[in-house]
Order: sequence, then C-alpha cells, then structure tokens
Amino acid sequence: MIDWLAHLPILPVVIPLFAGGLLILVKESRRRLRLAIAFASVVAQLLIAIQLLGVTSGSHPEQWPNNIAVYLLGDWPAPFGIVAVADRLSAIMLTLSAFLGLTTLMYSTARWERAGVYFLPMFQFLLMGLNGAFLTGDLFNLFVFFEVLLAASYGLMLHGSGENRVTAGMHYIAINLVASLLLLIAIALIYGVTGTLNMADLAVRAGQLNDGDRELFESAAAILGVAFLIKAGAWPLNFWLAPAYSNACAPVAAVFAIMTKIGIYALVRLGSLLLPTGAPAAFGGEWMYPIGLATLLFGTIGLVAAYQTERVVSYCVIISSGTLLSALGMPGVTMTGPALFYLVNSVLATAAFFLLIEMVERTRTFGADLLAVSMEIFDLDDPEAHTEAQTVIGVAIPAAMAFLGLSFIACALLIAGLPPLSGFVAKFSLLSAALQTSESTPGIAAWLLMSVVLLSSLAGIVALGRTGIRLFWANETTTPRLRISEAAPVAALILACVGLAIWAGPTLDFMNDTALSLSHPETYIRAVLNHDTVRTLGAKP
Amino acid sequence: MEIVLALAIGVLTGSGIWLILRPRTFQVIMGLSLLAYAVNLFIFSMGRITIGAPPVIDAAKGSDPALYADPVPQALVLTAIVISFATTALFLVVLLAARGLAGNDHVDGGEADL
Repeated sequence: MIDWLAHLPILPVVIPLFAGGLLILVKESRRRLRLAIAFASVVAQLLIAIQLLGVTSGSHPEQWPNNIAVYLLGDWPAPFGIVAVADRLSAIMLTLSAFLGLTTLMYSTARWERAGVYFLPMFQFLLMGLNGAFLTGDLFNLFVFFEVLLAASYGLMLHGSGENRVTAGMHYIAINLVASLLLLIAIALIYGVTGTLNMADLAVRAGQLNDGDRELFESAAAILGVAFLIKAGAWPLNFWLAPAYSNACAPVAAVFAIMTKIGIYALVRLGSLLLPTGAPAAFGGEWMYPIGLATLLFGTIGLVAAYQTERVVSYCVIISSGTLLSALGMPGVTMTGPALFYLVNSVLATAAFFLLIEMVERTRTFGADLLAVSMEIFDLDDPEAHTEAQTVIGVAIPAAMAFLGLSFIACALLIAGLPPLSGFVAKFSLLSAALQTSESTPGIAAWLLMSVVLLSSLAGIVALGRTGIRLFWANETTTPRLRISEAAPVAALILACVGLAIWAGPTLDFMNDTALSLSHPETYIRAVLNHDTVRTLGAKP
Repeated sequence: MEIVLALAIGVLTGSGIWLILRPRTFQVIMGLSLLAYAVNLFIFSMGRITIGAPPVIDAAKGSDPALYADPVPQALVLTAIVISFATTALFLVVLLAARGLAGNDHVDGGEADL
C-alpha cells in the first residue's frame, strides 16, 4: 500500500507529465477520450493543490511537523539529492495555476484546441513546468522546469500559426533562450563558489563565504536576478512581452498571465532565503523598487497609447508586474502579504480579460480595429456591411451582449482597482501597508509608490473606459454566439475574484501568515535539511 | 590550461553576442548556439579544472576527494547540452516558418521602412 500523502508534493509534476505523454499517444480523432484525460489531469492537480494548501496550513502535523511538505526524490537526503518542497507560497501558486489551467482548458475546448495539433499535450507540459518550478527545492531544477514550461510555451505561443504570431513568437523564443543562458551562467557560478545547488543549503553556506567568494556570489546572484526579471517582464527587459502576449491565441495568453508571475515567485523565494545571509543586490529592495516603478510607468504609458485591445491587456500584465516588483522591493515584510493578494487577483483578472476580449472581438464588424481616420483615408469598405447591418436592427440587449458587457466592467474594475471587487481590496491593502512600512512617518519611497500606483490606476480607468466605449458603443456590433464552455470560464474567473472580495479578511490574513513564514526562512531550511529518509543510510537494500 | 579555456569561453561569448544582435535569423541562431557552447564550457570549468581524474569513486584509489573530478558540473553540462540542443532545433523550425510566411529572413519579418 502506497502512502499517498507522503508522495503528495511530487504529484503535481507527475500527473501532467503522464497525462501529456498519454495525450500524445491517443489519436487526434478520439477527441472525447483526449478531453477526458486532459480534464481529469487538471482537476486532479487542482484537488492536490488544495490538499497541499491544507497540509501547509497544518492539517497533518504528524506527517509534516513544520507545515512544510518535503519530498526527497529517490530518498536521497537533502543537500545531495533533489527535493520537492511545498510551503504555503508554493501551495498558493499551485492552486492558482491549477485553477487557471482548468478555466483556460475549458475555454480552449470550444475552438482553439482544434486550431492546430498537440495543443492538449503542450498544455499539460506547460502546467508541469509551472508546478515543478513552484515546487522545486534546488536551483538547477528550477532551470530545468523553466525550460520545460518555456518549451511548451513556445509551442503554445505559435499555436494557430500566422505571420504576426510566428514573428512575435520568434522574438519571444530568442529572448527566453538568452535569459535561460544567463540563468545557467548564474547557477554555475553559484555552484562554483558555494558547492551546492540546494536552495536551503545555499542559504546556510552563502552566509559563511569570505571576501573574494562573497563578491563572486553577489555577482552570480545579480545575474540570476536579471534572468528572473526578464521572465517577470520588468522594464527595460520587457519589450518582448506586449507583442508576444497580444499575438498568442486567447486561452494561451490567459495561461501566460501566470508566467510573468513565476519570475516574481522565484525572486520572492530566493530573496526570502538569501536576504538574511547579507542581501545580494539583485534580490534586495535597492534594485527591485526602482525597476518596479519604471515598469509601472512604462506599462501606464503603453496602456494609454495602445489601441489594439489585446495590447491593452498585455500592458495590464506589465502594470501588475511593476506593481508587484515595486511593492516587494519595499523594505520589511508588511508589503508581502498584500502583494500576494494582489498577485492572485491580477492573475485571475488579466486571464479573464484575455478570454473575454477574444469573445468581444467577434462581435465587431470589419475594420473596427483600424482607426476611423485611416478607414476614410484609404477608403476601405466593409464587404458585409449591407447584410449585417440589417440583422442587428431592433434587437434589444441580448443576453450574450449583457454578459460580455458586465464581464468587461468587472474586469476593468478588477484591474483598475475600483470598489466593490477584489482589485480594490488588493490595491487598498497594498497602499495602506506601504504607508505603514516605517515606524513614524511614511518615507518618500512609500509616497512615490502610492502616487505611481494611483497614476497607473487612473490611466487604467481611462484606457479601459475608452476601450469599452469603442468595443460596445461606438461601432455597430453583431450579437455573438457564445458557447457555455466559453462563457463559463470567464464567469468562473470573475466569480473567484468576487469570492476574494467577499472573504477578503480571511484571505488577507492567510497571505500575511505566508509573508510572515517567508520572513523566517530558518523553518524552511530546517524542514528541508533535517527531513529524514525512509531508509536508514548505509543499510543494504 | 586556464588561459586556453578562458579564451575559448570569451571568444565564443563575444562572437555569440555579436551574432544575436544581427538582423538575419540565421545569424541569430548561430549566435545562440555559440553562446550555448560558451555557457557549457563555463559550467564545466566551475567544477575546477582537473586533468586525468575520474568523476566516479574507484575502490582502489580510496575516497579522498582530491583524487577525483567534481561530477556535478559534468551532470549539469549534460543536461544543459540536451536542453540547448532541443531549443535550438525548435528555434530552427520557427525560423523556417517565419521565412516561409514573411518571405524573407529578417528578424522583424522585413526591412524597416526608411
């Protein structure tokens, strides 16, 4: 009898791996079976992630006394073998990615999954890479899982083909390959200096380095930081992001919404482990804070300037990255809890938005994406204008349009951070935490953060309001045909945000506890390094 | 020995960076390959340069670590080679697709209008 609970932390990697492999083997024509496998895998991942969330909150103290689930692969003890570690932060991210996976998978079954081959297996491998990166306990496996998720994302990015998509995909791949090489250089340097790749062991040994090694280690940490900042979409390393995300097909762009957050997760994870050892520059506030502010400003300008709707949402992704980076760059841990809340909220909101606008775009008539001026200059005509105009006369507000309009308003409120939805709670708690960081009066950094975040919110309202008017009022629209499988995922994502708003208190407490545990990495280090093997060492098998 | 290895890594990195900044897709892929070689050599060198020492413990030689080469960077390099090989192959396919769709081999799908 296998003790399933003991193997829980590795299942989020194993399940999508097997499901993906199986999906490659099953014929394309057996669509029902393929969908069943894909859904079973994602639902299982979601259940396991929720179970892990319970474990890390202390539901099984006899098995995991520190509330950190540690799994030794091949039963080799920690600094020598590979470990999978699930603490609260990992569990939150796992749940988020599984939920996002479930909704986007459901959306993709309506249309996109059939727009090319191997969508379902690549989707599973993407989830495997995501889960693995959240769970891994050593640096080199972080690189390996990054590569797994990137390789899958390259395929998904190109899904559906077309010239724009391939050109944007090529830029995306080139940038990410360079980022991976930087990651490798940093990992090799760290190994050369400290002789370990295990993150917990690294945190111990980094504090014991002498001068020359210390400098090498800090430059390695800085290179590592640059690689993660490229993934996180920080300015000036994010020019690839808007073209790539706006050209990917809707369900892929939606699941990509969590991919920038994985860079941020890595920064938080390593930052929390390495900071007590003497703060290597890239992981400290000194760099993250100004880079975050610059990213926020870049995103804000881009948001106002963008005309194409997909681009508007891409800049929303950049803004959320900038907000997170600048918030996490502030000193102290008071910001981390609200920042995590903001992270969950922004991932759900941008994903819903990516799915939503694809449905809205279908309602628009020919040439609506071009500026009205250029329509007149180039004398473009809508080939179907005469037939379509008549069908919309006399239609009141059809249910589909009402659904799209309401969802659009909800997404805009979430992203801009207006009440009553969770976007407001997230931004409000973030800003109030920023003002509490210093003991007496809030410093200049807090006020600067506050003004830039509020400015970006204002720009968000302006830009999204303008987009909404253009999409729903300015042009003649046709009533779209929506399938339940397309509407339900958007509704689920938005309802999740509504849930976050209703249970904002308990959720925020949970996030603050997570932040508190991150500020005490000793527990993590002890849990990993002191985890007992099942066998006794030295015994003959 | 050190100077040869350092020069090799430096030259490969330098030419790799120059090539990835070029406007043709073929140059970019060559640059990425050269960079990958440089990084692989760099990882290898991080295990310290030892000559004629095996990475696997031999019962006859005993367990003194000074007699052996560090096996971890060798394992890392193996993984890195496989991954960079696979991603280069994938990039090659994308490159060909872009060439076919855009009709030229510029990284932006065409020369900028001047």
